[in-house]
Amino acid sequence: MSILIDKNTKVLCQGFTGKQGTFHSEQALEYGTKMVGGVTPGRGGEQHLGLPVFNTMREAVAATGANASVIYVPAAFCKDSIIEAIDAGVPLVICITEGIPVADMLLVKAYIKDKNVCLIGPNCPGVITPGQCKIGIMPGHIHQPGKVGIVSRSGTLTYEAVKQTSDLGYGQSTCVGIGGDPIAGSNFIDILARFQQDPQTEAIIMVGEIGGSGEEEAAEYIKQYVTKPVISYIAGVTAPEGKRMGHAGAIIAGGKGTAAEKFAALEAAGVHTVRSPAAMGEKLGEVMGW
Amino acid sequence: MNLHEYQAKGLLSHYQLPVPASEVVRSVDAAGIAGRNLGGNCWVVKAQVHAGGRGKAGGVRFVRSEDELKQAAKELLGTRLVTYQTNAQGQPIDQVLIETPCEIARELYLGAVIDRATQRVVIMASTEGGVEIEKIAHDSPEKILTLVVDPLVGVLPYQCRELGFGLALNATQLKQFVPLLTNLYRMFIKQDISLLEINPLVVTAQGDLLCLDAKINVDDNALYRQPKLRELRDTAQEEERETRAQQWDLNYIALDGDIGCMVNGAGLAMATMDLIKLHGGNPANFLDVGGGATKERVTEAFKIILSDPKVKGILVNIFGGIVRCDLIADGIMAAVAEIGTKLPVVVRLEGNNAEKGAQKLNSSNLNIIGAKNFTDAAQQVVNAVKQYAKDEVVA
Repeated sequence: MSILIDKNTKVLCQGFTGKQGTFHSEQALEYGTKMVGGVTPGRGGEQHLGLPVFNTMREAVAATGANASVIYVPAAFCKDSIIEAIDAGVPLVICITEGIPVADMLLVKAYIKDKNVCLIGPNCPGVITPGQCKIGIMPGHIHQPGKVGIVSRSGTLTYEAVKQTSDLGYGQSTCVGIGGDPIAGSNFIDILARFQQDPQTEAIIMVGEIGGSGEEEAAEYIKQYVTKPVISYIAGVTAPEGKRMGHAGAIIAGGKGTAAEKFAALEAAGVHTVRSPAAMGEKLGEVMGW
Repeated sequence: MNLHEYQAKGLLSHYQLPVPASEVVRSVDAAGIAGRNLGGNCWVVKAQVHAGGRGKAGGVRFVRSEDELKQAAKELLGTRLVTYQTNAQGQPIDQVLIETPCEIARELYLGAVIDRATQRVVIMASTEGGVEIEKIAHDSPEKILTLVVDPLVGVLPYQCRELGFGLALNATQLKQFVPLLTNLYRMFIKQDISLLEINPLVVTAQGDLLCLDAKINVDDNALYRQPKLRELRDTAQEEERETRAQQWDLNYIALDGDIGCMVNGAGLAMATMDLIKLHGGNPANFLDVGGGATKERVTEAFKIILSDPKVKGILVNIFGGIVRCDLIADGIMAAVAEIGTKLPVVVRLEGNNAEKGAQKLNSSNLNIIGAKNFTDAAQQVVNAVKQYAKDEVVA
């Protein structure tokens, strides 16, 4: 088992024939992801990377039976693409693109509220179930099938956690990058709930960062509902107030959203925290007795 | 992106929100003319800087004659204002706003933010104007009224009335408040604003509402569709290296330490700073070269780091997901070839083409220290910088 995606997940790519879409679809195919085609308006009927190109998501879903979509279109068009995927009935939409205006995401979030859809991202590396399905921009080769669920707001820190758990031989059940934007499709709680339900996941690594209160809310949730051990690191102890640290959502505002607050909330909820980003794997081994 | 007060008030005025009569000037002579244009015999002179706390820092002056007005402009223009929100150098004052004063009966607070918890725009209002919202939230949270806006319907008149009654506005003021708040929200969305504060929103002695101060931040991600706002950017208010980095699509933020950092990924860049600190060092900057790093951008990033005289050593920490490590190595070598440095450079390369990158750096004549892993990299750079400082003292 895994969460969100597995070897049977049929994936469409929006922005398929573009530079990003092409490069990462090639990589996904090489990894063994069941890509079934893509959408580029106006290029329907063509073949790209040996797969069919469609004009619209509705056509693409009808023809392929896809149950996941990955979005690489430029930021200005993402609101349209996300909602097109949802309206076509895709239950899992993963948006990789960085730089979407927050006003667009406000509308997207309001639109999907009562719909049965899981949106991951934007501004994220994507989702991978090692050995089965890779949707996104993460380097496939550092992953290894295994028992640790990883959820993170940062791409490269997800890779750190992956490398550490692979080096120690624990492997990963599924890794989910929820993205660095202030308004995101899924939050920590959405993913933690899935890991708690997943029999393959024995422990969870949660990587947070400064800004917002997602980690504090997750801490509250973990206290009540998560029985599996959770290891956590929060990036940005040294970040100054009022500065946006690369990610749109990584900002301490009005004294709120500091790493210290988040560490404290997680520790109060029984989460095993580490102060060093290089110690996540080690701590996991110690907690689990692996 | 931050706007100046005068730019924010220009926007408010465009959306029919009531603001005092004012003129922005860049010279003492222009200040005198502005005073005459505005009329009356007293004015407020306000330093235009991207920082709060101007009043207490002497950046807002009340003047009662044209001589005093010119004197105030002279004292402010061309200087730097240090407030509790700025660093020790303060922000340059290149322009002052000359404004017609008003008699104040009440000071209220009105603000709007993108609220991450509700994932909505939240409008906040309070009877405790003129004070920081964080202070109100801390001292008397019950005095903050909030309105969570559904983006699909926007702000409705009844919601404005509810807030207005909550602020104890009278019938005349309520009539002004409903369009004021409706227009404020319209502006917030149309202009891609991420934070807006009118503090204070005053009730004048005549009983009218007036936006006496205004602060606006614009969503950087939306600037591509806000060409007019883009022109309002004042790079003089920004850290020079940060501006230069932005031109190259690099995320750079200056810090106080002496260890320069070049990292890919925002999370890893923060984590690198944290790990340096954890091992007893101090990061000089945050720098994310991004996933689409080219040799040229890496070179520029390295040059920006080296342009900070505080830097005594550099840590390069790359986890190549998309970005190729050998390309990072090329960029570093090109930068050093161009400007030269004797500073120790600790390099940790992981992922895509890591070995190839390491080989390139090792065969260069740079002062390169290869690191085994993340922790080793942080320890090595902290030690190298300490050693470098010692050698400097001896020399």
